[in-house]
Amino acid sequence: MKTRTEKYEMIVIGVSAGGTEALGKILPELPENFPLPVTVVQHMHPSQDAFLSRYLNERCAVTVKEASDKEPVQPAHVYFAPANYHLLIEENRTFSLSVDEKVHFSRPSIDVLFESAVDAYGSCLVGIILTGANRDGASGLKLIKQSGGMAIIQDPATASSCYMPKSAVDAVDADYILPLDDIGPFLREKFSPVSRQATR
Amino acid sequence: MNEREIETIEINLLLEAIYQRYGYDFRRYARASIKRRILNFLNKSGLPHISDMTRVLLRDEAFFKEILKNFTISVTEMFRDPDFYQAISHEIIPYLKTYPFIKIWHAGCATGEEVYSLAILLKEEGLYDRATIFATDIYDEVLSRAKEGIYSLAQMQKYTVNYQKAGGHRSFSDYYHAQYDSAIIDTSLAKNITFAKHNLVTDSVFGEMHLIMCRNVLIYFNSSLQEQVLHLFYDSLPHGGFLCLGSKETLRFTKVNRHFKEVDGQAKLYQKIS
Repeated sequence: MKTRTEKYEMIVIGVSAGGTEALGKILPELPENFPLPVTVVQHMHPSQDAFLSRYLNERCAVTVKEASDKEPVQPAHVYFAPANYHLLIEENRTFSLSVDEKVHFSRPSIDVLFESAVDAYGSCLVGIILTGANRDGASGLKLIKQSGGMAIIQDPATASSCYMPKSAVDAVDADYILPLDDIGPFLREKFSPVSRQATR
Repeated sequence: MNEREIETIEINLLLEAIYQRYGYDFRRYARASIKRRILNFLNKSGLPHISDMTRVLLRDEAFFKEILKNFTISVTEMFRDPDFYQAISHEIIPYLKTYPFIKIWHAGCATGEEVYSLAILLKEEGLYDRATIFATDIYDEVLSRAKEGIYSLAQMQKYTVNYQKAGGHRSFSDYYHAQYDSAIIDTSLAKNITFAKHNLVTDSVFGEMHLIMCRNVLIYFNSSLQEQVLHLFYDSLPHGGFLCLGSKETLRFTKVNRHFKEVDGQAKLYQKIS
C-alpha cells in the first residue's frame, strides 16, 4: 500500500513579487533524484525571457526549464510557465499553453495552472503559494485542498510581499504554513526517496 | 463517479453536439484550455450545468454564436515577439528575394495585427509588391475585424516599441491614421492581403505557399490534431518553403519534425527539407 507521502505525483507552485529570492532558496534544496515534477507559475513581465529558469538551472540539482507546448512531464524537473502564456497540464500529463485573456491581471495565472493540475492529478497534487502582491492562486489552492491534495503556504511573515500568501491563508485551511527557509528542506524530506524508505 | 468525471462526459457531449449541429470541430482541441473556456461561458450564462449549454445550443443559433465568440477570444498584438520579425528579416527574407513572386499564408490571423506587421516588414524589404498574402481564420467575426484594420490608439505606443525592437526602419506612425481613439491601418498595407475563411481542422490545402505563418494556434490543439494540421502545412509548402510558429511552439515532439530543418530555434522558424 502506498504511504500518504508516496501518493503525490506533482508539486505546483504559485509565486509573484519576491519570487526570485523565494525560489532561489527552495529549489536548490531538491536533490537530483527528486521523484516529483514541479511546475511553477511566477508572475513576470510579458516580454521577459527565460532568464529565471536558466539562472535557477545553474543553481539546482534538478533540471529547471521553461515548459514547451505538449512537453511530457518528467520527474526531477522543474517547469516554468513562459512569460505571457498560461500554462496548463493535460490529463495525459503533457503541458499545454494558451494566450487566453489574463486571469487576476496575470498571464501566466496561478489559478489556471492549479485548476488544470487538479484535473490531471486529482488528490495526488501538492500546491504551494509563496510571496506575492496579488490574490491569484488562492482559489486554485482551495480547489487542490478540496480535491484531497496537500496545500502549503509560505508564512506571510516571512514573505517579501505578504498579500498573496495571506489571501491563500484566508481562503484555504492549509496543511502546512511554513517559513520560507523551511519549505525547501520540507519538500526534500517529505518526498525524496530516502525519506520514503525511512517511512516504510 | 465523481463530479469531475461527469463533467468530462458533459464536455464530450457538448463538443460532439457543436460538431454535428454546426460543423465546428473542437473535439481534438487541447482539453484543459477548451474546458476553461466552457466553464467561463457557463459561469457567465447562469446555467447550472454544461449539459444545459448543450440542450440550448442545439436549437438556439444565437446562443451558439455567443459560445463560439467565447471559445475564440484570441489575444495578439502588432509585432508580437519582436525577435521573431528580426529573425524573419535575417533568415528568410534573403531567400524570398530570389523569387519573382511570393505567396504567403497566415493561418489563424485572428484580428489581423500580425498579418499587418508582416506586411510592413515586406514593404520595408521591398518585397510587398511581389507578395500575395492569404490571411485566414475560421471565425467570420474576427476576419471582418482583421479586414477593417482598426485598432485601439492606446495600443499604438506599445506597438511602436515592438516595431522598433523588431528592426523597423521608418516611423511607425507612417502605417496608420489616428482618428479619435482609433488607429486605422493604412490601406496600402491591405492591398495584397486576401482575407478568407478557412478551417484548419476540416478544410484542405488551397495552394502552394513559400511561407506559412501560424502562431499560437497549434497550442490550442491536442497532439493528434497538431499532427494533422502540420501535415496540411507540409503539403502546402514546396521544398525549401518556410514554416513560422509561435515562440513557444515547437516541432520537436511531432512526427513531421524530420521533414524540417530548424532555421532559428528561438524564433521557431523551420524550413521544409524533404
